[in-house]
Amino acid sequence: MSNDYFADYVTVGSVFLAGVAFVVVAFTAAMLVRPTRPRREKYLTYECGIDPVGVGWSQTQIRYYVFAFLFVIFDIESVFLFPFATVLRTFDAAGDGVAILVEMVIFILLLAVGLLYAWKKKVLEWV
Amino acid sequence: MGLSDKVEVPPPIRFVLNWGRKYSLWVFNFGLACCAIEFIATSMAEHDFIRMGVIPFAHGPRQADLMVVSGTLTDKMAPAVKRLYEQMPEPKYVISFGSCANCGGPYWDSYSVAKGVDQIIPVDVYVPGCPPRPEALLQGIIKLQTKIQNESLKQRYSAEPLTVEAG
Repeated sequence: MSNDYFADYVTVGSVFLAGVAFVVVAFTAAMLVRPTRPRREKYLTYECGIDPVGVGWSQTQIRYYVFAFLFVIFDIESVFLFPFATVLRTFDAAGDGVAILVEMVIFILLLAVGLLYAWKKKVLEWV
Repeated sequence: MGLSDKVEVPPPIRFVLNWGRKYSLWVFNFGLACCAIEFIATSMAEHDFIRMGVIPFAHGPRQADLMVVSGTLTDKMAPAVKRLYEQMPEPKYVISFGSCANCGGPYWDSYSVAKGVDQIIPVDVYVPGCPPRPEALLQGIIKLQTKIQNESLKQRYSAEPLTVEAG
């Protein structure tokens, strides 16, 4: 039993090694065979043929982070709400309607408290 | 590195290498004008140059073997064509597709149009027409494949310097 178990890992390891060997052999063969005549332009950053703008390291305004975070939270909430609304009637027919409606209201209230907190911390103001 | 351009490889090996090269042409479409639409038509189901081993829409010049310059090359665009050609890996091939790319075409006396893409990069095959039909591009590709099958990389690269300073 345990031998079979480890035999599976031997298979996985063999596939992994074969994959590594394939890449190494293919790249080495290509390096041996191919002609290389690089010119200055080849070492430039590929930017659709125009001059690269700025450097590789750039920074984004940190304020976007809070907005992105709030957006994701309320986006998930709406994604959650729509399927909830479609099945609410089904659950109501089974007698659980009020219970899951209260659960959803609790969930939305929690998010609303978070929004109030964000408002209090003044992250909703841009400047 | 690179053996096939430094020594004359034996004919059987050269045959295999050239055969592999000619049927796996990743193509970089430099679509500049209406000829690009004919190029796209050639890549679609009706004419379908993938059956000849031409793989369209390479991610960028660094992954491409063949550049098809299809359309009017303006003087303003010329440096970009030159730079993207230089960024392709060797061995690289160029098809000049349509009258504008061949010689300026109907804009031969315009103040802003280059008189053919061969003024800035070496061209392997010229496809005439304004615009050429997709069949013409298919014939151009077959011409290029014949050329690749019969070429020697040592001869092709004998004129070019081995090393150029890194930028």
